[in-house]
Amino acid sequence: MDYILKVFLILLSSILVNNFILARFLGICPFLGVSKRVTTAVGMGAAVTFVMALASVITYIVQYAILEPFGIEYMQTIAFILVIAALVQFVEMVIQKTSPTLYKALGVYLPLITTNCAVLGVAIINIQEKFDLILTLFNGIGGALGFTLAIVLFAGIRERLEFSSIPKPLRGFPIAFITAGLMSVAFLGFQGLIK
Amino acid sequence: MIDKILWPLVSLGGMGLVFGAGLAFASKKFAIETDPKVEEIREVLPGANCGGCGYPGCDGFAAAAAAGEAPVSGCPVGGAAVAEKIAAILGVSSPTVEPKVARVRCQGDCNNAVNKYEYDGIQDCVAAAMLADGPKGCKYGCLGLGTCVRACPFDAIHINENGIAVVDRDKCTACGKCVVACPKKLIELIPRSSQVQVLCISQDKGKDVRANCKVGCIGCQICVKACQFDAIDFKNNLAKINYDKCVNCMVCAEKCPTKAIFADFANRKAASIDPDKCIGCTLCKKACKFDAIEGERKEKHVVLQDKCTGCGQCAVKCPTKAITMA
Repeated sequence: MDYILKVFLILLSSILVNNFILARFLGICPFLGVSKRVTTAVGMGAAVTFVMALASVITYIVQYAILEPFGIEYMQTIAFILVIAALVQFVEMVIQKTSPTLYKALGVYLPLITTNCAVLGVAIINIQEKFDLILTLFNGIGGALGFTLAIVLFAGIRERLEFSSIPKPLRGFPIAFITAGLMSVAFLGFQGLIK
Repeated sequence: MIDKILWPLVSLGGMGLVFGAGLAFASKKFAIETDPKVEEIREVLPGANCGGCGYPGCDGFAAAAAAGEAPVSGCPVGGAAVAEKIAAILGVSSPTVEPKVARVRCQGDCNNAVNKYEYDGIQDCVAAAMLADGPKGCKYGCLGLGTCVRACPFDAIHINENGIAVVDRDKCTACGKCVVACPKKLIELIPRSSQVQVLCISQDKGKDVRANCKVGCIGCQICVKACQFDAIDFKNNLAKINYDKCVNCMVCAEKCPTKAIFADFANRKAASIDPDKCIGCTLCKKACKFDAIEGERKEKHVVLQDKCTGCGQCAVKCPTKAITMA
């Protein structure tokens, strides 16, 4: 029972309290790049969720089956990036095959998931927090869901911003940055949720 | 020492190998079937990515041509040769396309035209044109600041020593970039075979044209009367050649009082009749609008070289192909 509670707390924590974008400030690039429309934001969120969940599990295995037995933990970053890059390539192929429109909409941001620091971040945090495999998986999924939540909310706001009258110097990215900052402040409200 | 290097090498290399194999398998499994014609068409295109076809680069045109949306002759740079190759790939017949060339329709260089003020601003036609239509007295004239030169991807247009843009016919591919770039809309794509052009687009009254430029079209309509083929359209105080009707006889250029009509007299042709083939049918004599053919029925005909304009109408009519244009 305690374990299930722990899983639930980790999910809650990674989605809301330690949201990768709005609390940890990781993965800002796709957050700003692919958040012009809700539909593409959902697609990006799905792609990142897939990559993050799989990357969490595989990097866990890589860490404890390869890096630690051989005593080469210092290769962690390179090994993890290798895993993530391969996964992203795979996701790219699947998306191109299944949904060419989503593939076009995501554009360069799809291969850029490789360098999305949220993905590498979740893998490294899993190891640092000494999670076991199940918790690792849920932390990955939770982090990705948090990413999806943030980017979809942000895309919804930006779609509305298109039709509002914004002072000329603030149009486009400046207002997006301000919005992102305000969202981050709003998410600060979750900080006291888990003790 | 050596195992410190070896283990990372083996473990990371092994991981790379496993992932690589996995991706190779996935790429086979998720392979996307693309139209091989797109690749083939892309191969035969010039690859200049000039956008002259109206599509985003050669890749865009290849995709459109393969889908049947773009005409096979859509590439102005590749011309007939490329059109033929694309038609062969797609298995359609290629329509014959008249190759074109860009022409700057202004002769108002520093010897012929006057300036209304001294321009010392940004050296660009678009910028200059914003200041009271540019420094040229004639508001239609070439400003000679080289906006078209910079637009040309083929180094085929240059400002000559007298300060107006001139197209290098050998290098020009008729991609149309300069046509778009010119703020005065002076550049036109004309058939490459055309040897007669009106090099003025001024719609001013004759008196105003004369005041600004020695070689402008003054709207006298002498060319319209001189043309035997009805190939000159006269509109808004300006003569314009209809290239579909023009036969390059160059009579209009001879008659033009201001020499606003250019003709390549060096390449003017003349008819000659092969006496062995001539059967004396008089068809050529009737076809000639310049009385340049002499001869009675059933006799050999001869061309009066001083009257012949090289329009080639007699050669078209001759039933025995006895007339050659040279």
